[in-house]
Amino acid sequence: MDQIPAIIRVFAFLSFLTIGGGMAAFPEMKVQIVQVHHWLTDDQLVHVYSTGQMSPGPNMMMVAEVGQLVAGLVGAICAALAFFVPTGLLTFAVGRIWNKLANWPWRTSIQKGLGPVAIGLAVGGLIIFGKGAITGWVTIALAFVTFVAVMRTKINPALFILGAGVVGFFALR
Amino acid sequence: MSKKPSILEIFLTFLTIGAISFGGGVVAYLRDALVRRKRWFDDVEFLELTAISNTLPGLNATNVAILAGDRMGGFGGAAAGLLAMCLPAFVFMTVAGMLYAHHGTRPLANAALRGVAASATGLLAATWYKIGKKSLRGVYDALFLVLAILGITYFKVGVPVTLLVVGALAIFAYRPHVPKEKPAEETDEWIKSLQ
Repeated sequence: MDQIPAIIRVFAFLSFLTIGGGMAAFPEMKVQIVQVHHWLTDDQLVHVYSTGQMSPGPNMMMVAEVGQLVAGLVGAICAALAFFVPTGLLTFAVGRIWNKLANWPWRTSIQKGLGPVAIGLAVGGLIIFGKGAITGWVTIALAFVTFVAVMRTKINPALFILGAGVVGFFALR
Repeated sequence: MSKKPSILEIFLTFLTIGAISFGGGVVAYLRDALVRRKRWFDDVEFLELTAISNTLPGLNATNVAILAGDRMGGFGGAAAGLLAMCLPAFVFMTVAGMLYAHHGTRPLANAALRGVAASATGLLAATWYKIGKKSLRGVYDALFLVLAILGITYFKVGVPVTLLVVGALAIFAYRPHVPKEKPAEETDEWIKSLQ
């Protein structure tokens, strides 16, 4: 329980490093959780992070599992609130200001300029993610089948993801 | 976008996305729900929300939920979007933590995880291809797209630096065309637009 203030401090701090995606905060998270506070070992953090990749929704909700392991359910709730609420309020405020700037000429410039950059950042992240994920013929086939299915059909993509989990369970061990 | 949805509908929409978006590609599910099925936004507007979300701290999944929720239902909509987006993952991860603490080993199969990651790569590639095809036009867009990709993958300068450098270049390239206006007038207009 005496770890609660530290949990709140650490995860609120880490949340502000996640510009462009959760992965951006990972190196500092490792320093804080493993080296500074000794909450988890290196291996444990990797396990918890991988479990986060399995979760639906924001995969950085793995912070709740860290909180849970350190201080139980209260720790999980505090870690999640500290990680998602402060940046959430910032986003809300910036979104409001953005909507009020409808007649500001630079708004269109920012919108037009950041559109291709946002796609580029996402595709860049995807390439790095893909380098780790595509490791052989089975994974190439899974990625390709999902790509074609999403391009050509209107079937809910979650079904392909779950199906790939089942295929992986049998074919990738 | 003729009629605004109720807070409950916003909550349920994001709760569904938060519960089914396996594979680490929440943006794909967000587009599928908000653009294709609900038609609350078109692709250009959706990309605008994603661009703002990318620029700010916080995850894209939750930032888009907040911005979209606010546009659809004000503060209540934003709060409902954030809470609903987080709730399923919170339950999932807290239960995982309890299992992990009891058994000490990772309960979820590594092999299944690798299948999921491979499929998610295909899903995200398809999603970004669709968004890009509908929203990108001209040589400038192509140039900044490639520069941003290179910043991440080739020069490896990280997201904040890439965003700052390529973003500033791109905004400058699309700067407003008012060459003879004095800066003071521009500030006036900016202040007026805030009122």
